[in-house]
Amino acid sequence: MTGFDRLRLDGVTRRFAGADALTDLTLEIRRGEFIALLGPSGCGKSTALNCLAGLLPLSGGSIWRDDTRLDTLPPEKRGFGMVFQNYALFPHMSVQKNISFGLSMRGVPRAEARRRTTEAIRLVHLEEHARKLPGQLSGGQQQRVAIARAVVVEPSLVLMDEPLSNLDAKLRLEMRTEIRRLHQSLGLTTVYVTHDQEEALSLADRLVVLRDGRVQQIGTPEEVHTRPANRHVADFIGFRNLLPGRFSSAFFHTEGVRVKGTPVGTLEDGGPAVAAIRPEDVTLTGELDATVEVAEYQGREIAAEVRTDDGLVLHLRTDRRLAPGDKVRIGLPADRLLIFPS
Amino acid sequence: MTTVALSHRLADRGIDRQLLLLVPATVFVVALFIYPFAYGMSVSLQPAQGGTFAAYQAFFTDAYQRDTITTTLAIALPAALLNVLASVPIAYRMRGRFRGKRLLTTILVVPITLGTVLTAEGLLNFLGPAGWVNRLLTTIGLIDTPLRLTNNYTGVFLSLVITGFPFAFLLVLSYLSGIDPSLERAAATLGAGWRQRFLRITLPLLAPGLATTFCLTFVLAFSVFPSAILVGDPSGSTRVISIAAYEAAYVRYDYAGASAAAIIMGAVELLVISVVLGLRALLYTGSTAGGKG
Amino acid sequence: MKRAVVASPAAWLVWGTVAIFFVGLAGVIGSVVVNSVGLRWFDSWLPEAWTTQWYAQAWDEFTLLPVLTVTLVVCALVTGVSVLIGVPAAYVLARRSFPGSRALYLLFLLPILMPPITYGIPLATVLYKYGLAGHLSGVVLANLVPSVPFVILTMTPFIEQIDPTVERAARMCGAGTRHVFTRILAPLLVPGILAASILVVVRTVGMFELTFLTAGPDSQTLVVALFYSMSAAGIRAQQSVDAMAVIYCVMMLTLLVVALRFVNPTQLVARVKEDPE
Repeated sequence: MTGFDRLRLDGVTRRFAGADALTDLTLEIRRGEFIALLGPSGCGKSTALNCLAGLLPLSGGSIWRDDTRLDTLPPEKRGFGMVFQNYALFPHMSVQKNISFGLSMRGVPRAEARRRTTEAIRLVHLEEHARKLPGQLSGGQQQRVAIARAVVVEPSLVLMDEPLSNLDAKLRLEMRTEIRRLHQSLGLTTVYVTHDQEEALSLADRLVVLRDGRVQQIGTPEEVHTRPANRHVADFIGFRNLLPGRFSSAFFHTEGVRVKGTPVGTLEDGGPAVAAIRPEDVTLTGELDATVEVAEYQGREIAAEVRTDDGLVLHLRTDRRLAPGDKVRIGLPADRLLIFPS
Repeated sequence: MTTVALSHRLADRGIDRQLLLLVPATVFVVALFIYPFAYGMSVSLQPAQGGTFAAYQAFFTDAYQRDTITTTLAIALPAALLNVLASVPIAYRMRGRFRGKRLLTTILVVPITLGTVLTAEGLLNFLGPAGWVNRLLTTIGLIDTPLRLTNNYTGVFLSLVITGFPFAFLLVLSYLSGIDPSLERAAATLGAGWRQRFLRITLPLLAPGLATTFCLTFVLAFSVFPSAILVGDPSGSTRVISIAAYEAAYVRYDYAGASAAAIIMGAVELLVISVVLGLRALLYTGSTAGGKG
Repeated sequence: MKRAVVASPAAWLVWGTVAIFFVGLAGVIGSVVVNSVGLRWFDSWLPEAWTTQWYAQAWDEFTLLPVLTVTLVVCALVTGVSVLIGVPAAYVLARRSFPGSRALYLLFLLPILMPPITYGIPLATVLYKYGLAGHLSGVVLANLVPSVPFVILTMTPFIEQIDPTVERAARMCGAGTRHVFTRILAPLLVPGILAASILVVVRTVGMFELTFLTAGPDSQTLVVALFYSMSAAGIRAQQSVDAMAVIYCVMMLTLLVVALRFVNPTQLVARVKEDPE
C-alpha cells in the first residue's frame, strides 16, 4: 500500500454545472514529497484535493499511481488518508475507536491494530485522552486525532484540506511544526491545501498556486516567493504594492515616477504593465519624496502607508519609528521591483 | 463511453443511484394520497344523477350544505387567529431561560397529546350545566341560570383553543428562540426602547414564522370534526364541512357528494393557506441569526 | 426601574392568561377523572361517594383489552413501516439536491397540511374498494399516510445536522457503502429515529379521523372506541365513558412522559430548531 514512485495527475478537470472549477491540472508527485496547493478561496484547490481523494468524480483527465489508474476507483479503494478542515471525527466513537476505524476497515488483525493505534495515539500525544469522545476534546486535540486517524493506516498519500484554519494563531504555529515533523519522521507523501501563503511556504517542498481553477505556477517555496510567475501570484504571495502603469524602454512609468525594475514574462514596449514590490523591500533611502499617512506598530517593525508627492500610495515596513505626517524619501530597488504584463 | 458520459452528466446534475432510496416513500405517497385524491375527484364528477358537476352543483345550491363553508371558516379563522395572536406576547415574555420553563412547556403539550376527543369529553363535564364553572358562577352570584357553554359554537371554539393554543404557542416560542437575541441588544445600543425593539426588529423577523404557525393552527382548526360533533351542535351552528362530507359518505352513501364536499374542503383550506403564504412571501424570510452563525 | 413599571401590567396580563388556561385545562382533565371515580354526582361540587366500579364496567362493556391490543399493534406497524420508508427518503432529501427535490418535498408536505378528513374520505373509499378497509390493514395504511411524511419531515433536519464530511472521512478510512451505513450512519441516526418513532406513536394513538373512517368493528383504536361510546351517550353510563377516557388519558400521558425523555416539548409539535446550547 505504501509504496509508489510517482503519482501523476494528468489534465485533471472538474466542471460544476457547466462552469470549470478546475481546469487541466497536470502534476507529478514524487514519493515523500510535501506538496501545497495554494490559492484564494474558490480557486479550485479543494476541488483538486477532492478529485484526488475520489470524493468528486473527474470531468476529464486521469490520475495514476505508477501504472495503476486511480480515478476510476471509489475513495475507499485508493488507500489515501485525509484530514478534513473541520476534522470530521466520528462523534459517537472514542479517540481510540476513531483512530482504529481505518485499520478495522482494512481487516488488520486485532492485536496489530491495537499496537498501531496505541503507537499513533502516542505519536500525537493523546495518551490521556484515548477513551474520550471527540466532543470532550479541544480543537487542537481534535486536530491531532484527525491526523492520527489519517496516518495510522500508513497511507500512500495523505491529503490535508486546510487542517489548521480552525485553530487560533498560537496553536496553528505549533501544529504546523507538528505536521512537518510527522511528515519527515513517517516519510509520508502529503498534499496540503491552504489559502495561507506563509503556511504553504514553510511546510511544502513544492507549491502549486491556483487561480480560477487554473495552475498559475508550480515551484519551490523560494522560487514562488522571489519570482512569482505573474501579477496574480505576486498579489497572493505578499507583493502588497501593485502599481498599474506602463512599460517602455526598460523603465516602468506611473504617476510621475520612472523606475527601473526586473521584467517577468513577455512585456510589450510601451504597453500597460504592473509593477510589484513587497512592503519589506521598499527602502527609506531613495529619491521619491513621500509623506507617512498611516503607521501601524508591529513589534520590531512599523508598517506604514505613505503617499508620494505625485500621489502614489505605497506600503512599506521599516524598523525606523515613523509617525503620521513624517516626511520620508523612499526607494524602489530595481532587483526587487518586478514588472509584469498587465 | 457514451453511457459513462451520460451517467457522469446526470451525476453532475445530482442524479444517481442513491435517489432510488426515495422511491418507496414516493410510491407510497402517490398510491395512498395522490391516487385516492384523484379517485375522489373522479368519483365526485360521476354522480348517480345529473351531469358532471351535479355533485358540486348540489353542494352549492343547497344552503344547508353551502353554509358549512362559512360555518367552518367562522369557527376556524377566529380560533386560529386568537391562538396565534395570544401566543405572541406570552412567548415573547417567556423566550428567555427561566426555571420551570421545561415543566411549563410540558404541561402545554398535554392537551395536544390528549387530542380533541378527550378534550371534548372534559369540556362537556367541566362547562356543562352542572359543571364546575357554572357552579362557581352561580355560587358567587354572577349568574342565576347556568350558562350554555357546550353543545354550541362556544364549546367547539373553546375546544379548539385548548388544543390549538399550546400548539401555536410552542411554535411561536421556538421561532422566537431562533432569533438571535444580540440583534435586540444591538437595537438597544442604537437607542431603541422595548416597544421599538419588538416592533422594528423582533416582529419583522418573527412574521414569516407567525404566518407558518397560523397556517398549521388553521389546518388543525379547519379539520375540526370530533369536537364539532361532541361539544358542538352538529346539526346547527357547528355543522362544519367535514360533518357534511362525513354524512354524505356514511349516512346517505352518496360518494359523489362526499368526495365533492371533501374536495371543496381541501380547496377552501388551500385557498386560505395560499393567501397567507402569499402574504408571507412579501416578508423577509432569511436567516434570523445575526451574521456569523 | 422604569422598565419594570412599564412591563408590570403586561406581565400580569400574560401570566394571568396562562393561569386561566392552566385552570381550564386542569378543570377539563380533573372533571373527567373525578367523574370516573364518582358515585352519584349530581348537584354538588364533588361526588357523594367514590368507587372504581366504572373502570371494571368500562373494561367489560367496551371490550377494552382487544381495543388496547389493536391500538398497540397499529402503532407498532405504523411506526415500523414509516421509519423504514421515511428515513431513506429523508436521507436523500437532506443530503442531495437534484432537479425536482423541492417539488418532492412539497409532495411529502401535503398530507400533513391537509385536514385528515379531506383525504380520509376518498382514501377510505379507495381502501374499501380494494377490500383493505374495515380491518387492521386499512387502519394501518390510512395512518401511514400522514406518518411517513411526518418521519421524513422530522428526520430531514436531523440528518442535515450530521456533518456529511463524517461520511467522507469514513470512506477515506477505507469504509465501503455498507460500512459507512452500519458503523457511522446508523449509530448517529438512532436518537433521531427514536424521537421520530415516539412522535409517530403519539400521533397514531391520538389520530381520530383516519382510524374512524377506515376501522371496522374489531379494528378500532382506543380513541375511536372512546368517540363511539361518547356519541352513544345515554346508552352507557357517563361515568363509565369517563373511566375509559381516563384510561386513554393515562396511556397518552405515559407515552408523553416517555417521549419527553427523548425529545423536547416543542418537537412534539414541529421540528423547529430550539435555541442552541
